[in-house]
Amino acid sequence: MVKKTVEGSFAVAEAVKNCEPDVAACYPITPSTHVAEELASFYANGEIKEYIATESELSSMSACIGASAAGSRTVTVTSSQGMALMHEAVFNAAGNRLPIVMIVGNRSLSAPLNIWNDWQDSITERDSGWIQIYCENGQEATDAVPQAYKIAEAVSLPVMVCFDGFYITHAVEPIDVPTLEEVRKFLPLFKPAVKLDPKNPISMGEYAFPSHYQLFREDLHKDMLAAVGKVKEIHDDYAKMFGRSCGNGLLEEYRSQDADIVLVSIGSVCGNAKEAIDQLREKGEKVGLVKLRLVRPFPYAAVAKALAGKKVIGVFEKAYSLGAVPPVYGEVLAAVADAKAKPVISSFTGGLGGKDVTVGNMLELFGKLKQGKKLVEWV
Amino acid sequence: MMLPIAKPGTSKENKTGSWRSFRPETDKSKCIKCGMCELFCPEPCITGVEQSKKPEEKTFPKTDYDYCKGCGVCANVCPVKCIKMVPEEK
Ligand code: SF4
Ligand code: SF4
Repeated sequence: MVKKTVEGSFAVAEAVKNCEPDVAACYPITPSTHVAEELASFYANGEIKEYIATESELSSMSACIGASAAGSRTVTVTSSQGMALMHEAVFNAAGNRLPIVMIVGNRSLSAPLNIWNDWQDSITERDSGWIQIYCENGQEATDAVPQAYKIAEAVSLPVMVCFDGFYITHAVEPIDVPTLEEVRKFLPLFKPAVKLDPKNPISMGEYAFPSHYQLFREDLHKDMLAAVGKVKEIHDDYAKMFGRSCGNGLLEEYRSQDADIVLVSIGSVCGNAKEAIDQLREKGEKVGLVKLRLVRPFPYAAVAKALAGKKVIGVFEKAYSLGAVPPVYGEVLAAVADAKAKPVISSFTGGLGGKDVTVGNMLELFGKLKQGKKLVEWV
Repeated sequence: MMLPIAKPGTSKENKTGSWRSFRPETDKSKCIKCGMCELFCPEPCITGVEQSKKPEEKTFPKTDYDYCKGCGVCANVCPVKCIKMVPEEK
């Protein structure tokens, strides 16, 4: 266990390398470029078996699909428009049950063109059948990588490890990167249930008639819901082995157990929320945070439990569903819909395209929540 | 876990006949055994005429309704218009 002072992207790339992927296929895009760049230099140094410098993100995902179907452990890296360009192949990866791991440096979507952070790129892919883990800092993102491979290969579903562009991708932090030897003890070799093999030919990505298509989708949905348990189990195993955890693996409760007012959020902005909570706690205010780690499959039961008995809940998210309620807010509403005592649940959309969210902004949010009125607004 | 995979040679199990909403029916009294329908059928599920054969060896075209998807190409190319597309009624 050695902590290095390292940029988030480089720590994540090293964690990927230590998971010994057979094939990396990447097209660099801001702000996840450094991850792809570092993987390319690992390849140049003979530390990764294959690196395909593709001509687009759609090709990256397609290359991962082909390589994964042939039984390889694969990785790609992307952000924003790159992920949007991958879209059709993203659904295919999940539908074909391929355990690809994608590192996502979260960034806004055009237009207007913007290279800064929000979660709209991966949140837009929430219905694709990919497991999505969101990280607060470089350490969480680094730790999520070996877990992502173990989860993906255990449940035959692809996993996105999402971390905020610039705020985490480019922040230099002290990070403990699990070594190759450590990862080998944690992550077994990839043994695909089926793979493309000329000796035993099969076709993958088959056509399904109207009589069967929906059965496949329903099966995928059920397996996604069931994957919540595996995500938690693998997180707990990792925590035991490495001594580092992220809440209960699904969400983290920060001073929220005895709180009356609870903020729900995701990712790096939770750092400022925690600071604001500490300040308010010093004044005796019972406030807390529930930080979501797993967003797909959505851990409804865990969220309902963490929010049980709360009087006022606010959801802050750097994502939207234009013309509808924001996506994470919608999930939280669904999670507490059956609660006996109805809490007041407000929605705040903000921090889009890198709009600064300071500790002061977080204090303002708690001030609004304290009034106890339901608000649905952009801040 | 359901996987959308198939072993080789399974396309014969996909009976495209279920797609059909019109069924081609051939009037043998008018058919001249030219074999155009057999040549153009995209499935290809019309057999029997075999253009390579001598005229006296040719038989009438036979449609395999397990695979005929009812596209109507045969009815369209038939020079004597002896194939009628009849609505399928269940
Ligand atoms: S309707 Fe189409 S598929 Fe059916 S026999 Fe005619 S050409 Fe072939
Ligand atoms: S195209 Fe018409 S005439 Fe020629 S073989 Fe077919 S049904 Fe008979």
